[in-house]
Amino acid sequence: MSAAPEVGILWFDDIGRADVARVGGKGASLGELVRAGIRVPPGFVVGTEAFSNFMDSADPGFELRGEVARLAAGAIEATERVTRRVRERIAQSPVGAELESALARACDAIRGAAGFAVRSSATSEDSDEASFAGLQDTYLWVPAAEVADRVRACWASLYNPESVSYRRRFGLPEDGLAMGVVMQAMVDAESAGVMFSRSPTTGDKSVVTIEGSWGLGSSVVSGEVTPDKFIVNKVTGEIIHRAIADKAIRHRRDPGGSGVLVEEVAAGRREVACLSDEDLAALVALARRCEAHYGCPQDMEWAVAGGAEGKREIYMLQSRPETVWSQRETEAVSKPREKAFEHVFSVLGGPRK
Amino acid sequence: MNDEAKRKPFPLPSEVGPVPGAEDWGDMYPYYMHFQPEDDKRFWFYNSMHFTNPMPAFDTITGEIAYHAMGACTTRVFAFPTALGIDWRILNGRVYITANPVTDPAEVERRLEVFQKRAGHYYENWNDIYTGWEKRMRELIISMDAIEVPELPEFEDERVVLETRGIAQNHFVLEAFQRCIQAYSVMWHHHFEMLMLGYGAYVVFFQFCKKAFPEIDDQTVARMVAGIDVLMFRPDDELKKLAARAEELGVGDVFTDDGDPDVILPAMKALGEPGERWLAALEEARRAWFNISTGDGFYHYERSWFDDLSVPLSSLKHYVKLLREGVTLERPTDQLRKERRRIISEYRALLDSEEERQAFDQVLGLSHQVFPYVENHKFYCEHWLTTRFFNKVREFGALLERYGLIEESEDIFHLHFTEVEQALSTVMTAWASGSGPVGRDHWKPIIARRKALLETLDGWQAPPALGPMPEQIEDPALQMLWGITAERLEAWSAATTEAAANEIRGYAASSGVVEGIARVVRDSGDFGDIQPGDILVCPISHPSWGPLFAKVQAAVSDIGGTMSHMAIVAREYGMPAVVGTGEATRRIRSGQRIRVDGGRGVVTLLDEAA
Repeated sequence: MSAAPEVGILWFDDIGRADVARVGGKGASLGELVRAGIRVPPGFVVGTEAFSNFMDSADPGFELRGEVARLAAGAIEATERVTRRVRERIAQSPVGAELESALARACDAIRGAAGFAVRSSATSEDSDEASFAGLQDTYLWVPAAEVADRVRACWASLYNPESVSYRRRFGLPEDGLAMGVVMQAMVDAESAGVMFSRSPTTGDKSVVTIEGSWGLGSSVVSGEVTPDKFIVNKVTGEIIHRAIADKAIRHRRDPGGSGVLVEEVAAGRREVACLSDEDLAALVALARRCEAHYGCPQDMEWAVAGGAEGKREIYMLQSRPETVWSQRETEAVSKPREKAFEHVFSVLGGPRK
Repeated sequence: MNDEAKRKPFPLPSEVGPVPGAEDWGDMYPYYMHFQPEDDKRFWFYNSMHFTNPMPAFDTITGEIAYHAMGACTTRVFAFPTALGIDWRILNGRVYITANPVTDPAEVERRLEVFQKRAGHYYENWNDIYTGWEKRMRELIISMDAIEVPELPEFEDERVVLETRGIAQNHFVLEAFQRCIQAYSVMWHHHFEMLMLGYGAYVVFFQFCKKAFPEIDDQTVARMVAGIDVLMFRPDDELKKLAARAEELGVGDVFTDDGDPDVILPAMKALGEPGERWLAALEEARRAWFNISTGDGFYHYERSWFDDLSVPLSSLKHYVKLLREGVTLERPTDQLRKERRRIISEYRALLDSEEERQAFDQVLGLSHQVFPYVENHKFYCEHWLTTRFFNKVREFGALLERYGLIEESEDIFHLHFTEVEQALSTVMTAWASGSGPVGRDHWKPIIARRKALLETLDGWQAPPALGPMPEQIEDPALQMLWGITAERLEAWSAATTEAAANEIRGYAASSGVVEGIARVVRDSGDFGDIQPGDILVCPISHPSWGPLFAKVQAAVSDIGGTMSHMAIVAREYGMPAVVGTGEATRRIRSGQRIRVDGGRGVVTLLDEAA
């Protein structure tokens, strides 16, 4: 897949987790997964440098961005007004012939891709990333011809009133702002969803929690369906909890062209489990590989597609360190005692004061 | 559910009426086994794990003496901080028990101090104490076996005179009987000597795992604790060896489905040398390993394999068939060991810190240390000594029969042991006076009535619990051994108050999902009904039922926790099992199609009609 270097473009094969500053967190983690030998839909990243170059030519002298930086936190109307002007400027500015042709060639190099996922890839590595990243855009089933426009739309999303309000509220600088944009071949997902290599409710690291539904994972991430939920024991592989939901809708490719449409799921399929036990076992194995590669519990996105000869193909679309439980200060379960049997006294000794 | 039902999910003892036709059941038992008016204030549960069936009068000794010893251990000997002993009562022939908790913090503190010193001594010297324990238990069994029931000849042995012993045989009648009772009592004291501390170690490890891994299921914790080499597996292993030996010797065709020794043993003998060699192997296994009850050692009629060879022999035909199909009968112990090591090391690695890993090693190490005792004590106590004890009592039964006080020796088991002493006293008087026994017909009608009562009471479906429900059950023995926790009680009470759906819930003991025909087995007499591929449904499974597990594809029990026998065996066989349902034998009928989901602990009734 790795083609000749193109200006502004970095292939997944060539990047890893050390490249967050160049490609953003999402792009870096996809590169890292490829490096770990995990099946990821092929793709590349428009690097942060391309974004900086674009902004410098669209907003020479930092004039508009300076206005953004001077916005007061909570100034809703001013934020609306200023950010609209920035977004208009971005929409009117050309991506640049060089980048545009590089994008076209790169999309073409991914054979068999019927469409692309275009997703923003933020650079902040701290715990705010999840919430921060959530404020930026993702476009699914984008045809190659529209990719450049979507890249620009992703860049513009950094100047949504929500994104800017967030930055102002936390006093984040405007001049260091950077963003990568991930371009990835779409998987025609039969089912898709999210997965945690620990329990999101109890923090238990001995289980993998999987949520999934029919069609694209966007219906699960956006909360439009109640997904099927499975809890699998990581050590024994036993499925210890299985809740099959009534999955009324699914997201799928709009057959008319670009984008995603929402459609009803046929009555007979709604309450059918979207994953077989074999799928679950394969997902758990993947979760464990991602976790082992990163050395900490992961928060993942996945998709299952029907491959050749009815073979199921599972793709990882995302894997990033889980942030909620890992930040929590937990008390040790128990501390070693001078003699092992002293543990009995604290348990059988009645409620302690 | 209305408020009344919520507050009182179970009937009070005083609200439970007699079984029609068995109104006089109470006459079978001494006054101290009856519910008292003040007992309505306490919570009781039906100990169907140990006492599945209505109690014959003599067999109440298995509760009476066991609870003497158990309560002494927790209340007086080790001073468990939060738990005194067990109170027990009989209602319509069934045993109900309740635990006495210690709730005053100052009192708990005071007991803890005593407990620490005493329990510490046992834990610290556990392996040595256990070695000594086994030796004492073997000696006890030998000495009880050696007790002779006096023959009461016409004239006293002349040595009594010539060696100036001066004591006549009738004296030894009561003495010998009391020595048997004493040996049985000593066994129970030793039984509990280490058991409650063993359970304590288990509870600590379970709590550690539940805290470190909130989603872990009980069966996975149990898999980390369970040992591989357990005496209770030996009898079944010996049978498998005997099947293989028969094939080696070319005598494997002799076995029959009913395992009738009167057919099989002569047929073996008739085969000449190979048959003789197989019989020698059988005799060797029998002496060492067949002293195992076909029950759990709480009823006189649960004979040992030693006494009733048809039980082990009936498994041999099936084992030979499996061997001929190329099935490996030996337990895959290396694989089990390897898998256990893998599970332990993976959980250990998931812990957050080195400190936690050290604590994990300690509490798991403690559980592994106590495991051999907790598992093996049953072989010596409930099986070996108990089946011998009942046989000894049978010898006194023969004496009473000879004097015409009872119709047949087995009838002795319809008398409480203090009533047996009265009957023996009658014999002692009769032998001494030279006249016939006084009140020759006193016991016979009583025994006949009691036999009829037991039959009537057998059909009674005892409520799983009585009285107001407690909020917490903290007693480690209750939690571990009986699988009784607050959630379980909730489930039971829901089952008794709500209209029953087609599901029965219990503990997930061994995962997997299987559908098949249910076969309700209450005792070894029902073994013949089991067809290969059936699902075993029983009140509680007994260790001697091991061979059954080779035939069934799933198992369900009324009573039992995740460390119960059935759970352990099912996990080894890799078959689905749900234990501690409280009501499986009441709601499932033989022949009914059911689905067992051992991973979720759910049994589904697939057809209602049968």
